[in-house]
Amino acid sequence: MNEEFPPEYGPKWSDQRVERMLGALVCAVVGLLLAMIVTVFVRAWPSFSHNGLAWFGPGGSVDEQLNAIFLSGQGGAEYIYTFHGWPLIWSTILITGGAVLIALFSALFVAVFIVEFAPEWMSNVLQPVVRFLASVPSVIYGLLGVLVLVPFIGNHLVSEEQKASVAGVISLSGYSLLAAIVVLTTMIAPLMVSIFTDGLRAVKPGWLEGSLALGVNRWRTTWKIGVRTARPAIVAGTVLASARAIGEAVMLAMISGSVGFAPNPADGLIFIFEPSRPLAPTIVKNIDQLSSPPANATLFAIAAVLLFSATLFSLTGYVARRSMRKYGTA
Amino acid sequence: MLLLKEDKAAVEGSATWALSDRVGLAICWALGLLFCAIAVAIVAYLFVKGISYLDLSMLTTPASAGFSQAESGGFSDALLGTLIVAVLAISIALPTGVATAIWLVEYGRPAALARITESTIEAIAGIPSIVLALFGTVIFSSTALGFLSRSSEGVVFGRSFFAASAMLSLVALPLVVASTREGLNSIPRHVREASYAVGKTKAATVRRILLPSSRPQVATGAMLGLGRIIGDTAIIIVLLGATQNFAPVEDAPFPLDYLRGAGTTLTNFVYEASPTGNLNQPEKAYAAAFVLLLMVLALNGAVDVVHRRARKVGTWSS
Repeated sequence: MNEEFPPEYGPKWSDQRVERMLGALVCAVVGLLLAMIVTVFVRAWPSFSHNGLAWFGPGGSVDEQLNAIFLSGQGGAEYIYTFHGWPLIWSTILITGGAVLIALFSALFVAVFIVEFAPEWMSNVLQPVVRFLASVPSVIYGLLGVLVLVPFIGNHLVSEEQKASVAGVISLSGYSLLAAIVVLTTMIAPLMVSIFTDGLRAVKPGWLEGSLALGVNRWRTTWKIGVRTARPAIVAGTVLASARAIGEAVMLAMISGSVGFAPNPADGLIFIFEPSRPLAPTIVKNIDQLSSPPANATLFAIAAVLLFSATLFSLTGYVARRSMRKYGTA
Repeated sequence: MLLLKEDKAAVEGSATWALSDRVGLAICWALGLLFCAIAVAIVAYLFVKGISYLDLSMLTTPASAGFSQAESGGFSDALLGTLIVAVLAISIALPTGVATAIWLVEYGRPAALARITESTIEAIAGIPSIVLALFGTVIFSSTALGFLSRSSEGVVFGRSFFAASAMLSLVALPLVVASTREGLNSIPRHVREASYAVGKTKAATVRRILLPSSRPQVATGAMLGLGRIIGDTAIIIVLLGATQNFAPVEDAPFPLDYLRGAGTTLTNFVYEASPTGNLNQPEKAYAAAFVLLLMVLALNGAVDVVHRRARKVGTWSS
């Protein structure tokens, strides 16, 4: 190697080699994702193939089924795969859906506030607050939920008559849909706010000025022009937050109640106090059962459902964000 | 929306608006204040609880079995475990993420592969960490990777600091990639052309010009990634701990025996010490959560400092 030239000019760091090395690394990352998808679905296959579409349907107690599946893998007996996951799926839908709806509403208002209406000092306070709320580990949210919110709901919001009315079916101790939705909303709303503010900031000022020049007030201009133009960002933020919400395992394992029970809205308002357990926490709670082959397949089947829906959400978000580029600045 | 704040106030206040519009603005204020109140409540509550329960000896004594909270030691192993996991995982995620970002911005051919890579990174960002953890149990229990964790008589245990860190690096990877890309994209084209014009190769330009000037964004990405790594619990529960102490393997030299063994981190400790976990010692859970929150706050502060410093240095003129 010639002393006068730094090493990156030598053949070792030639452009072609660097490009090929980086390309190989990128291919490895892509390959890893593909391997993950294939592995999860291959492992999940026995559970899906034994149950067919009934996997997603109701029927019997999920917790008993999970237990039977686990035990059948311990002895030499034939494996049992029967699993009807509806209570878990329904709980996931209720908790994720509820949290995403509330978070969407509040995040939209907060984002509009930060970008357009808050006084300078207020938006300077709100932005770090949003960033902080987004970065608090989920286990801390879970801990505060389980030690503060759950006892509060159990002691003050649920009346004794309500507890007695469902005493034979399920116990209302505060571990509830309500607690899960409240905490999950706090976790995902900041994510939405940060994506929404980016979208709102990218709206071309000329469009807003045009509306203002026509005498439309600032509030209506923001909602009719700003928010509408930023729609792709709103879609993107919402689906990305949904992907996060659907995969939230540890916090929900702590406060959702960990009972394979499907809260029934037909019961009236009491159903928001009923415990349940979504899909992701089911994996956390049953993680010791991985050594039993049929339980392993069942847990991977749950993971496959999560993987499929989360990937669907995040790719939708990606497509929505790409379409933002047609507005130029984003 | 480029209207300056003072211009907006000069244009119109809310006094002339219809009632429904003013109600909307009130909702804005209410929700904004609610966000602040939640953040203040979380910090204040954990500070009060943390300071009253945290004993400095907890940071230096490992957890031990005991009947009451006074007997069961501290969480020094968890604290060290968090640091080990953070260092290992970010040292995988940072080079991989920066390299991926460089390839995407500076090379990016064939275009189809670039698009696939972009969506791969997006997909990885959306994958629940519990799914990553389950995938980890498959690859790290395979005999080929058995040397990374404890194994006895051909059965690979599959739980180790290596396994957990490798999967946690995937959690941080998308953040590093996104932030580095942002940095590289903000450098105008003429800077690269100037570098080529004095005879630098593309690789040399990346190393000598582009990476140094996007250092703030790389650092931001790394710190955001670190925040996610130390905050993740699902991967730790599945791939690292079932224990509150280090469990080094016997047949390896010093650092490797611990890294190949199982262990714990602060998040896992908080989970297990909460009323739903196996230990049920809420006072220590508060103390550990307080330490964890301090780490998160420190990382947030560091991101702010980097941002402010980068803004002071200024951007490229175009």
